[in-house]
Amino acid sequence: MIDPRTSVIGERLSKISRIIAVSSGKGGVGKSIIATTLALSLAKYGCKVGLFDLDFTSPSTHVILGAQNLQPTEEKGLIPPTIHGLEYMSLIYFVGDNPAPLRGADISNALIELLAVTQWGALDFLVIDMPPGIGDAILDLVRLIGRIEFLIVTTPSLLAFETVKKQVALLYDQKMHIIGVVENMKQDRKQGVESETGNLGLKFLGEIPFDSHIETAIGNTSQLLETEVGKKIIQIVKANILSEKKKA
Amino acid sequence: MHEWALAEAILTSAKQIAEKEHITTVTEVTIRVGELQQVEPPILRFALSQIKQGIFSKSKFRILKAKSTLKCRVCNTTWRYNTKKVDKAISEAIHFVPEVAHTYIKCPKCGSPDFEIVTGRGVWLEDLKGVK
Repeated sequence: MIDPRTSVIGERLSKISRIIAVSSGKGGVGKSIIATTLALSLAKYGCKVGLFDLDFTSPSTHVILGAQNLQPTEEKGLIPPTIHGLEYMSLIYFVGDNPAPLRGADISNALIELLAVTQWGALDFLVIDMPPGIGDAILDLVRLIGRIEFLIVTTPSLLAFETVKKQVALLYDQKMHIIGVVENMKQDRKQGVESETGNLGLKFLGEIPFDSHIETAIGNTSQLLETEVGKKIIQIVKANILSEKKKA
Repeated sequence: MHEWALAEAILTSAKQIAEKEHITTVTEVTIRVGELQQVEPPILRFALSQIKQGIFSKSKFRILKAKSTLKCRVCNTTWRYNTKKVDKAISEAIHFVPEVAHTYIKCPKCGSPDFEIVTGRGVWLEDLKGVK
């Protein structure tokens, strides 16, 4: 027996110019906030953007967006609802506030199902909020979407960066394009990962100071874009992502 | 309808196989639909009939059902998913993404959500017949 779903994924994503996975080696580095802010910033520049929360077991982008009572529309598949200008897909439409205790094979199956049935519109960018690490989700995306690009988030912590090295090694090995590394939650200017990032042959996209007020912007996207994270991501979008737009 | 996307996946996959085996006219496509996902054969058949063209223009579609078998990883209990006992909203969520069954279904013996979907998950392309 053959699983027919993977055969149609390329077609489902065919109207999307660029697909950017925001990933990290460890959790808790601010990846979901950066993925959401990245999507919002791209939309602010007039791009058509989708946001896909692929952190199935710990989704949080809906909280950052302040999304409530959203559901996809059933029309030749599932059409993601639009919130704050973003076409938005998440497993929360199907599990609500309940836990989704999924093992690796289940994560793969749910990912394939959503990629096979989601009808994204014509997008300039699809931003994917990845689960941390180098598990099933990243392996599946590399397998199923060869043209995906990665933006890696870390903190100044050597522990976080140690896991970034492993992720980068995997992505290099798979010949995936890495846009660069964002250093989040920076507190001590003397301690950082800029030079280490360069040693890996990667572009250092910038550092974001630790912002103790970020929590107050959760659920308020206008306020989020005014935070240190928002301001820096807008700069990164302008200098590093929009400038690459025509290369895709 | 959501089945349209699945029907398109079935025909895309079937076409790839037909091309690989140099089949010019597909006469029959056998599809297996899992009980867990609750894809209704008449709806899927309608979707297939609406989008079939080219090598599928004369195809018949056999749609077979597969019973769901769930097996608890904690206590090894095996049971069948009973759609009649599940709330409609939950049933619909599982219809779209069968893996969310782990959110709503528990082992009837020990209550664990940690179970394996052994059979009857979703849609499979089982067989293809045609003329070369």
